[in-house]
Amino acid sequence: MSKRFTGAEIFIKSLSREGVETIFGYPGGTVLPIYDKLYDAEFEHILPHHEQGGIHAADGYARSTGRIGVVIATSGPGATNLVTGLATAYMDSVPLVAFTGQVPSHMLGTDAFQEADITGISMPITKHNYLVQKTENLARIIKEAFHIASSGRPGPVLVDIPKDIMLQEVEFVYPEQVDLRGYKPNYRGHPLQIKKAAEKINQCRRPVLYAGGGVIISEASSELRQLAEKAQIPVTTTLTGLGAFDEKNRLSLGMLGMHGSTEANMAISHADLIIAVGCRFDDRVTGKLEEFAQEADIIHIDIDPAEVGKRVAIDIPIVGDVKGILTKLNEQVSEKSSNGWGSQIQEWQEMDCRRCNSTGKNGRLSSRPIIEEIDSLTDGEAFIVTEVGQHQMWAAQFFNYNRPRQFITSGGLGTMGYGFPASLGVQVGNREAPVFLLAGDGSFQMNIQELATAAKNNLPVKIVIFNNQYLGMVRQWQEMFLDRRYSSTCLRRRSDCPPQCSEPDEGCPEMIPDFTKVAQAYGIKAEKITKPEEVRAALERALAEPGPYLLDCLIEVEENVFPMVPPGGSLYEMILEEESE
Amino acid sequence: MKHTVAVQVANESGVLARIASLFSRRGFNIESLSVGQTEDEDVSRITLVVCGSQKDLEQLEKQLNKLIVVYKVSNITNDPAVSRSMAFIKVRADYSTRSEIIQIVDVFRGEIVDVANDSVMVEVTGDEGKINAMEELLEPYGIIELVRTGKIAMTRGKK
Ligand SMILES: Cc1ncc(C[n+]2csc(CCOP(=O)(O)OP(=O)(O)O)c2C)c(N)n1
Ligand SMILES: [Mg+2]
Repeated sequence: MSKRFTGAEIFIKSLSREGVETIFGYPGGTVLPIYDKLYDAEFEHILPHHEQGGIHAADGYARSTGRIGVVIATSGPGATNLVTGLATAYMDSVPLVAFTGQVPSHMLGTDAFQEADITGISMPITKHNYLVQKTENLARIIKEAFHIASSGRPGPVLVDIPKDIMLQEVEFVYPEQVDLRGYKPNYRGHPLQIKKAAEKINQCRRPVLYAGGGVIISEASSELRQLAEKAQIPVTTTLTGLGAFDEKNRLSLGMLGMHGSTEANMAISHADLIIAVGCRFDDRVTGKLEEFAQEADIIHIDIDPAEVGKRVAIDIPIVGDVKGILTKLNEQVSEKSSNGWGSQIQEWQEMDCRRCNSTGKNGRLSSRPIIEEIDSLTDGEAFIVTEVGQHQMWAAQFFNYNRPRQFITSGGLGTMGYGFPASLGVQVGNREAPVFLLAGDGSFQMNIQELATAAKNNLPVKIVIFNNQYLGMVRQWQEMFLDRRYSSTCLRRRSDCPPQCSEPDEGCPEMIPDFTKVAQAYGIKAEKITKPEEVRAALERALAEPGPYLLDCLIEVEENVFPMVPPGGSLYEMILEEESE
Repeated sequence: MKHTVAVQVANESGVLARIASLFSRRGFNIESLSVGQTEDEDVSRITLVVCGSQKDLEQLEKQLNKLIVVYKVSNITNDPAVSRSMAFIKVRADYSTRSEIIQIVDVFRGEIVDVANDSVMVEVTGDEGKINAMEELLEPYGIIELVRTGKIAMTRGKK
C-alpha cells in the first residue's frame, strides 16, 4: 500500500505543487492541523492582525506580482472577516485562493462553536467556492481552485475545509490537469470579428481607446501601445487600468469618468469610434448612460462574455483574451501618421483641468505637490497604493503611471481599509521596490492595526496620510449637493461640539488620533508636516529610512476633487473647479 | 415576455443555491423552476420559465454560463419542443356534482386519484393552457387546494 497523508499534509504538498511561496493567514481552532504542518513548511507565512488585513494583503501581493494570492482563516469569525476582501477581489478580478477551516463534517449544520456557512455567504462574491466533503477530493479541489482563480477572468475562489478532513489520511495524488465540464474560458477572439474591428479602425476619424484593468491582467500593455501608436489612437484608462498605458506618452488622455480628465471625457463624448479593451462600462466611468459616447460605434474586447453588452450596446463584440486579440488586430490595422482629431485633443489636453489643486487656500499644504514630489523623487518608479476617497482620486490624477501593476487601488468595491494592508502585500511581493501608501485619515483607521505587521516584518512601506480631518469624499458631496450639511463626516467632531457645524476653524478640537504617536507606539518612525516647503525633505527622510515610515500631512481641510461629473450627469458636463464664493 | 430555458448542471449539492443566489442578485424573476435527473447520472436538468426582455435573457444566459456548475444553457422558447407540467386539484364534490366533474376530467384526460365524502382529487398533465382551462372549469365547484409543478420541456427530435 502506498504512503498515506493527512489532509493537512496534502494541503501543504498541494500548495507547493502550485508554486506558492507566500501565505497570508491567521490561525484558529479549525485550522490547527494546517498550522501545525505550516510550522515546519517552507512557505513564507505573514501573520496579519485581522483577517481582513490578511486578505487585502494577499490581494495587493496578487495585483502587484500577477501571481495568485493565498490566504488562510479559521472558521466562523475568521471566515466572515474575509468577506470584504473577497468582494473587493471579486469586483476587480483579482486571483485569490482563500482557505477557511470549518467545523468537523459531522457537526455541520448544528450551529457548532464557530460555525458559519461561509460557502453560502461567499457565493455571490467569489468566482467559485468549495466545501470539501472527502479528504480524497482535497488535492483535486485545490488544483481546480488555483486554476479557476487565475484563468479566464480571474477572481477569488474559496475552499472551506472541515477539520476532520484535515486529519484523515489518504493517498496523495496530485492531478496533472484540470478538466471542468462547466468551465472552458474562451481565449481566442473570433477572426471575423477582429477583421471587422480592424476595418472600422482603419475607416474611423475620431477614435479613442478606452482601456481597463483587463489589459493589465492580460499583460497586454505593449500590444495596447503598439495599436495606439500604429493607428495614432489616443488612450484613456479606467482607475484600475492606470499604468496599462504610459501617461507620459503623447497619446495618453489620463483617466476617464467621474473624476477623469477633460481630455478623456471630451474625447469619449465626441469620438466616432471607441475601442473598449478589458473594461466593463462601470457607472463611474460612463456617467449618464444614455448620453455616453453617443456619436461613436463601439468595439468591445473582453474575456467575459457577460460583460459584453451588459450596460452599453456594442457594435463589434470580441470575446477572448485581450493580448491575443490585440496582437491579431495590430497585424490588420493600417499605419497612420496622425488621426483626424489630434489638434482638438491637444486643445483639451492644454486646458490642464486639474490646475485647481495646485495650492491650498492661504498657501496651505495641498495634495497635488505631495504626489508630484513622490513621482519625481522615485523617478516615477514607486508602487502607489491607495485607500478610498479624495486622496485616491488625487493619486489617480497627479502621478504619471508608466507601467502595469504600478497603481494598486480598490476600484469596483471602493473599500476603505483596503490600501494599507494591500501595500504590505505589495511590499512582500516586491521586496526591493519603493512602495507608497497614499491614505486618507479616515480609511487608514480601518486597518490601522496592520502597523504591527509592517513593523514586525520590517516592510518599508512609506505611509503618507492626507490628513484633511474629514471623510473628505463624502464631505465633498455634502458640500456640493447637500447644502454643506456635514453630517457625520468631520473626524475632529466630539460629543460636546454643536449638533450642526459646517464651519471648521482653528478653535475646533484636536484630531484624534495623533497618527505619528500611533506609529511610534509600534516602533515606526513618523513625522507631521503642515507646509508646502516641508514636503520634499520629509519625503527624502522617509525614503532614506530602511524601515516603514509614516508621514502625516495636514492638508487643506476643504479641498475638493475636480473635474467632477456630478452623479447622474453626462461626461461632457464636468464641473471644472470650485465656484468662487 | 416569457422564456423557457433548459439548464444542464452538475448533479451535486449546493447547485440550486448557486442558481437561486444568482437570480436574486441579478434581479431576474423566475416564474417556475423544476429540477430533475437526466440520462447522465452526473447531470441534472433545470427547466426555468423566466420573464424579461430579450436583453435580460441574454444577460441571464451569460451569467448562468459563468457558474462553474452549469454545463449548458439553452433557450428553447422558440424551438419546436414538448412541454408539460402537472397539477393536483382538490375540488368540492357531492353526489350531485361528482359525475359532472368526472366528465370534465375525462375530457381533459385527467384522472381522479382520490375520492372523499365531499371532495375529489384530480390529476392533470399538459401544457400550461390545458391546466389553466381545467382549473377554470372546476372553479365553480369550489377548489379546495391546488398545486402545480414547474414546467419541464424537451426539444423534438429532428424529422
Ligand atoms: C468600508 C467603507 N465604508 C464607507 C465608505 C464610503 N466612503 C467613501 S469615501 C469615504 C471617505 C474617506 O475618507 P478618508 O479616508 O479620510 O479619505 P478622503 O476622502 O478624506 O481623502 C467614505 C466614508 C467606503 N468607501 N468604504
Ligand atoms: Mg480624510
